[in-house]
Amino acid sequence: MNFKLKDILPQLITVTAVVLVFGFFTYNAQINMENRGIDFGYGFLSQESSFDVQFSLIEYDGSHSYFRAYLVGLLNTILVSVIGIIIATILGVIVGVARLSPNYLINKFAAFYVEFFRNIPLLLQIFFWYFAALRALPLPQDAEAMFGVFFLTIKGLYVPAFIWQNFNVFFYSILAAIIAIIVIRIQAKRVQENQGKQIPVFLISIGLIFILPLLSFLIGGVSLSFEVPVLKQLATTSFIYDGGVSLPPELIALTLSLSLYTATFIAECVRAGIQGVGKGQKEAAASIGLTPNQVLKLVIMPQALRIIIPPTTNQYLNLTKNSSLAAAIAYPDLVLVFAGTALMQTGKAIEIVSITMFTYLTLSISISLLMNWYNKKIAIQEK
Amino acid sequence: MMSKINFLRPDKDNLNTFLYLGSFLFFISVLDVFFNSFFSLNLTGFLPGFLSFLFPLILGFIGLYFIRIEFSGIKQLDLLNKHINTNNFNALLSLLIIFVIIKSIPPILSWFVIDASFAGDTKDVCTGSGACWTYIKVWMRRFMYGMYPNAEQWRINLSFIALVLMGSVGYFATDRFKKYLTLYYVVIYPLIAFLFIFFFISGGPVFFDFSYGIIAAILSIIIGFFIPAKYKFYYFLIVPLALYITLKYFIFFEEYIELGKLDGLNWVETGAWGGLSLTFIISFFCLIFCFPIGMAFALGRRSNFPLIRYISVGFIEFWRGVPLITVLFMSAVMFPMFLPEDFFIDKLVRAIIAISLFEAAYVAEVIRGGLQALPRGQYEAAKSLGMGYWKMHIFVILPQALKLVIPGIANTFLALVKDTPLIFVVGLLEIVGMLNLAKTNPEWLGFAMEGYVFAAIIFWIICYAMSKYSYNLEQKYKTDR
Repeated sequence: MNFKLKDILPQLITVTAVVLVFGFFTYNAQINMENRGIDFGYGFLSQESSFDVQFSLIEYDGSHSYFRAYLVGLLNTILVSVIGIIIATILGVIVGVARLSPNYLINKFAAFYVEFFRNIPLLLQIFFWYFAALRALPLPQDAEAMFGVFFLTIKGLYVPAFIWQNFNVFFYSILAAIIAIIVIRIQAKRVQENQGKQIPVFLISIGLIFILPLLSFLIGGVSLSFEVPVLKQLATTSFIYDGGVSLPPELIALTLSLSLYTATFIAECVRAGIQGVGKGQKEAAASIGLTPNQVLKLVIMPQALRIIIPPTTNQYLNLTKNSSLAAAIAYPDLVLVFAGTALMQTGKAIEIVSITMFTYLTLSISISLLMNWYNKKIAIQEK
Repeated sequence: MMSKINFLRPDKDNLNTFLYLGSFLFFISVLDVFFNSFFSLNLTGFLPGFLSFLFPLILGFIGLYFIRIEFSGIKQLDLLNKHINTNNFNALLSLLIIFVIIKSIPPILSWFVIDASFAGDTKDVCTGSGACWTYIKVWMRRFMYGMYPNAEQWRINLSFIALVLMGSVGYFATDRFKKYLTLYYVVIYPLIAFLFIFFFISGGPVFFDFSYGIIAAILSIIIGFFIPAKYKFYYFLIVPLALYITLKYFIFFEEYIELGKLDGLNWVETGAWGGLSLTFIISFFCLIFCFPIGMAFALGRRSNFPLIRYISVGFIEFWRGVPLITVLFMSAVMFPMFLPEDFFIDKLVRAIIAISLFEAAYVAEVIRGGLQALPRGQYEAAKSLGMGYWKMHIFVILPQALKLVIPGIANTFLALVKDTPLIFVVGLLEIVGMLNLAKTNPEWLGFAMEGYVFAAIIFWIICYAMSKYSYNLEQKYKTDR
């Protein structure tokens, strides 16, 4: 190897500069912490947190540790992100397809939706839904039931809770149905490739996924009942609904605005993807006698997905990161619970902010790795 | 039986019958919804509840079915069929959209205009069921200028007018000066803008350390033009930092600044800045700063030096992986811990640095896309002419690559503008923050909706105009290759 000064020097200078800056920061941090009497360390995670969180997926109160508070926040963040991703995907695909519709009205309606929602800051939308739209809902005692069991009130949405008996039998029956369907699909593909026969996989799958759980109800001893929320008086003017599951208004406002906002971007990705498939592909597929459904399923979608997935992954990442705006409306997500309340109580700024950032980094990187894997799977396999 | 089916299938032979019948049914259905929504008359009230609700839909659907005649020969009818009436499903959706539009016009119109209150300047005039625009009118100054003193607001207006005028120089430049435009926009314009904000809007020593940095950078860029190309790289690595340190520790610049302060301008601390003007200030500065930083890291990521490449990748992926709100948290609570105790940086400046670094990572990725899209031949051609790294990039690669990524850059800047409300995390209140403050004012409770709608309209106009402008730019600079 022939080392030249010209090759080494710029790198050396850059690295030295970076090291110097970091060294400067670390040095100052040490001095500052010494002056303020703070010691660095992650030991506080096991201490008692002594603050409450309004909405939590796991059991939590003030007597639990800071680490458990962290988990509560993380799970709430994941909950919002997953619900948001599901709704945004469904909505985005519908709007994206609608933008390509030959129907002028549908087309313009979809375009209006996209232009409207994506040009307004997400934070403003969250505030709008939370402080303006959801505040206009009725009080619990005035709420009218939707379909007799849902109650949309200013204090949140109340839905019936499922009460299962022998839930695991039901779960295993669904699992068995899914495994059976996968086996049948593989088998059907083999039969088609070897003998050219087509097996009605779709009908069999539908049948299996209904019949097996049904059997579990009939002979497996599974039973399901609903616990409908009931109005309960706390004081003369204070009412709540008891029983059932309550979704706080923060969660509703957040998922609503996140999915409405992200759906516009997903819609654009979907549109670009479908437009990106050449017209000749469709015509060629039709000319060899495929039905319109087959054209869509076997020719257009596999090619469009390849264009759609990378930018859509980015949108999923954005949604996950944007869910941190929850802190603005006091939905107890990771940022509010951990980087907000816990930081105030412990004063361990460096530790807590670094843990929070590291968590988001991990979430982002894991989503993008998962999507990369999927992307690789559906990419063109050149022989 | 057969004839009956034939009768119900629209065809060209019975064109007139079907056309009149179908249009009539369609017209009736629209009329029904129209009366229902504008005059709250229920024409179909005699029908049982559920049927009355669906009646216009069924009627309109049959009407549209009757007029769906392929190649009828009537131009308008064919156009109508082609655009909104291709099949049953589309006809149903079209009807639904038409009805939704008709249904939603009266409530929206009455909320925005007819029942709204415009007059007066107290809450008492807002008794109607419509919007209370009086609230916006009374709070307008706060929404535009934040807590900036009323008497001093001309300073903000003057600065913005001056900046816009100086920004539009490019349109009027003659060919003789065209070649200096880049220099003007990259170096001189930001300097002037900074000085305006510094002297006029703040009116005092707000941006101390920041100003050292700016002045050091600009001085070194200007001197840099006279440095031989061979040493330019080393020059830019060393001199700006050295200049900064010299300015800060050896030349007592603060005294000059104090001397240079304009008489009669009160100092307004950044905590009092706010409203829409703060949105503009932050967007403007972040836009100026994030672009060169992003460009540097994009070049760094494509560099041949592995260490520089790794550092760039680490920087870009780090900022892209975390949400902006945590970055602002970091700038607010963690960053002061990393600085010497006497080293004070204003919180607005911290927020601007944080947002600039964050957006720079996105800009870097966009520019990298443009760099990768350029064919290798461009690099090779430039090298074969004997150009060095910097010459090649400045004169050949970057002009082409940046042209390619105009839409991406515009999207990033749009995201930047939409991200500015997040600075509420560090306690700065731009327009959305001011709205939240105003709605908790005990004298003006209950007007959250008006405030958010107002801000949404403003942001929508800004963002939509930006996206349309970027689209035009893209068309203008489109070069076939």
